[in-house]
Amino acid sequence: MMAELPTTKTNDSRWRERFAARGADWLKDVREAAMSRFEAMGFPTTRDEEWRYTNLAPLEGVPFASPVAMSANDLSEEALAAFYFDGDAGARALFVNGVFQADRSDLSGLPAGVRVMSLGSAMDTHRELIEPHLAKHADYRESAVCALNTALFEDGALVHIDRGVVTDKPIHLVFVATGGEVPTAVFPRNLVIAEENSKSRIVVTYAGVWAGTYLTNGVTEIVAKENAVVDHYQVQRESPDTYHLSTRQVYLARSGNVSSHTLAFGGRLVRNDINALLDGEGANCMFNGLSVLRESQHVDNHLRVDHAKPHCNSWEFFKGIYDDHSRGVFTGRIIVREDAQKTDAKQSNMNLLLSKDAMIDTKPQLEILADDVKCTHGATVGQLDDEAIFYLRSRGVSEEAARSLLIYAFAGESVGQVRIASLRDKLQALLSSRLAYGESLTFGRPFEYSDDFADVVRHADRRRET
Amino acid sequence: MLEIKNLHANIDDHEILRGIDLKIGPGEVHSIMGKNGSGKSTLASVLAGNDNYEVTQGEITFNGKDLLELAPEERAWEGIFLAFQYPVEIPGVATSYFLKAALNAMRKSKGLPEIEAAEFLDMVREKAAMVALDEKLMTRAINEGFSGGEKKRNEVFQMAMMEPKLAILDETDSGLDIDALRIVADGINKLRSPERSFIVVTHYHRMLEYIEPDFVHVLDRGRIVRSGGKALAVELEAKGYKGLLADAGETIAS
Repeated sequence: MMAELPTTKTNDSRWRERFAARGADWLKDVREAAMSRFEAMGFPTTRDEEWRYTNLAPLEGVPFASPVAMSANDLSEEALAAFYFDGDAGARALFVNGVFQADRSDLSGLPAGVRVMSLGSAMDTHRELIEPHLAKHADYRESAVCALNTALFEDGALVHIDRGVVTDKPIHLVFVATGGEVPTAVFPRNLVIAEENSKSRIVVTYAGVWAGTYLTNGVTEIVAKENAVVDHYQVQRESPDTYHLSTRQVYLARSGNVSSHTLAFGGRLVRNDINALLDGEGANCMFNGLSVLRESQHVDNHLRVDHAKPHCNSWEFFKGIYDDHSRGVFTGRIIVREDAQKTDAKQSNMNLLLSKDAMIDTKPQLEILADDVKCTHGATVGQLDDEAIFYLRSRGVSEEAARSLLIYAFAGESVGQVRIASLRDKLQALLSSRLAYGESLTFGRPFEYSDDFADVVRHADRRRET
Repeated sequence: MLEIKNLHANIDDHEILRGIDLKIGPGEVHSIMGKNGSGKSTLASVLAGNDNYEVTQGEITFNGKDLLELAPEERAWEGIFLAFQYPVEIPGVATSYFLKAALNAMRKSKGLPEIEAAEFLDMVREKAAMVALDEKLMTRAINEGFSGGEKKRNEVFQMAMMEPKLAILDETDSGLDIDALRIVADGINKLRSPERSFIVVTHYHRMLEYIEPDFVHVLDRGRIVRSGGKALAVELEAKGYKGLLADAGETIAS
């Protein structure tokens, strides 16, 4: 007999009011269940093992309002352009405070067989596409944060890649939050469905303009069907006063291949729940991450990779750079089910502490039920290498530049995984701007070196010929 | 050009250098020899500004400037170059990128604009050829996965790129086979000029057969106990440190 769940744990009526304001639709039952589930659980506390190092108490009692109706016309193109990257034009969807802005999006360049649209409206027009997947993967029963999003989301993106469609052109979903005079909360929701044998690239940017406190609670479900390839990036550049909670659930069918990158620069308190279910033989999942923190920023990357079928590979490769009083948390849980023989799971978490007040808690959690598997994990925490700094300085490089160069190099391995050149440039510029001596680092790229020197050679040889 | 007076230096409160006096003129090649632990490498490190060592007494002037007042990079800008005994591996930083950064830092200190890509490339090719260093290593991370010989040749290559006024070679010969040693020594000889001075720190006479020093100094327990011409290296080779130091002891005692 199933135990009766308590009906309310939280007297958090902030959300129920907002829930009541939502219109009815075919998802009503799921939403109601999710709302009740949230009320039963309440926000997690540090007594919860999975939330031990990330305290959501500051969220309690903040009267988060719905964001004021905002149109993109209130935002200048310059303010938005800061979050764009070259090469995304033609497939860019803009969301302001979680709501799709058709007139400021450009989806003209989408190839045939690729749909990018407002999830809110697609729920009316494309129910048959959405219903089999929405809220079927990201589990609102287990996570209060995901439950709250499921109950309250209004909009976000539906990305659908038809069977056999192959495109390298990035699809950029830009979520801009404006904040405001009173604290607000937004609940973006994305659903990515990659049909059989398709190949696609999706970049999701979360960004804040203006100041003010707000909460982003976003959920992205990514479904990679048989033999589908998805290359996904989450670039988080929220305002400094932001709470950012995000849940990503990747579902992989047979021979599905998903790489998902988590690049965190902004926010005050950030928690990323990054989950994958490898549910078909031969699936491959790669989670790459880089957090660059300063002041009192806090980023908690919480990964759960579930190997349910044999012959699957997963890689987790997370790096963090922590300055000032910032704090990082990394939890990497790998589950290998009884059937999942020949699993190859690798996990690595490397951390660079730039200040004696910075902190990192890193924890692998392996649950291996099969007996013929390869699972490796490793974590490092270190500081900049004094010998390397001296070596660089002895060649005339200033101390600041030497430090920056080494930090840049440390981050390079993560940024180097980014396969969209223009996005990589953007991230490198962002990284340089964070470093004391950033400017001097713009004349070349310390990573990608194989290309770098070859480019110089080609360029110079060409000049000589002409 | 370089004048060291009564130099004392510590590491972790152990006194390693105990009163070094040395004068080096433009274009001169001085060899510093001595047993393990005699203070040779410490002297090289102190000259380059490694702050693991604490200078407790004495002074160093370089072309009229107080060297001890300068940061390591400022010393490099003044024209001091140290070829490391153990070159540091720096993952993630491409050798070519680093060289360009270093070269541009040097140029900036002289008020020069950044180097042109084509000029840089020509320079890299020319200098790399000088020490038979594979150009492909430029695209790899600094010293990462380089063989012992490649690391040492990379040091001499960098020296050629930086065009220093005073080059300090800290056991550049150690770990090199006879062919590699010849290549490295040839490279160094090509860099000799009436303006450029060298300090060649070595254990062995072998290196000095290729690079003929003007002066040889024997270091023992943090002091120079014998100085002489290149004949001293030959004498040392014949007598060994023990024999030589026994003689030196007499000299000092008398």
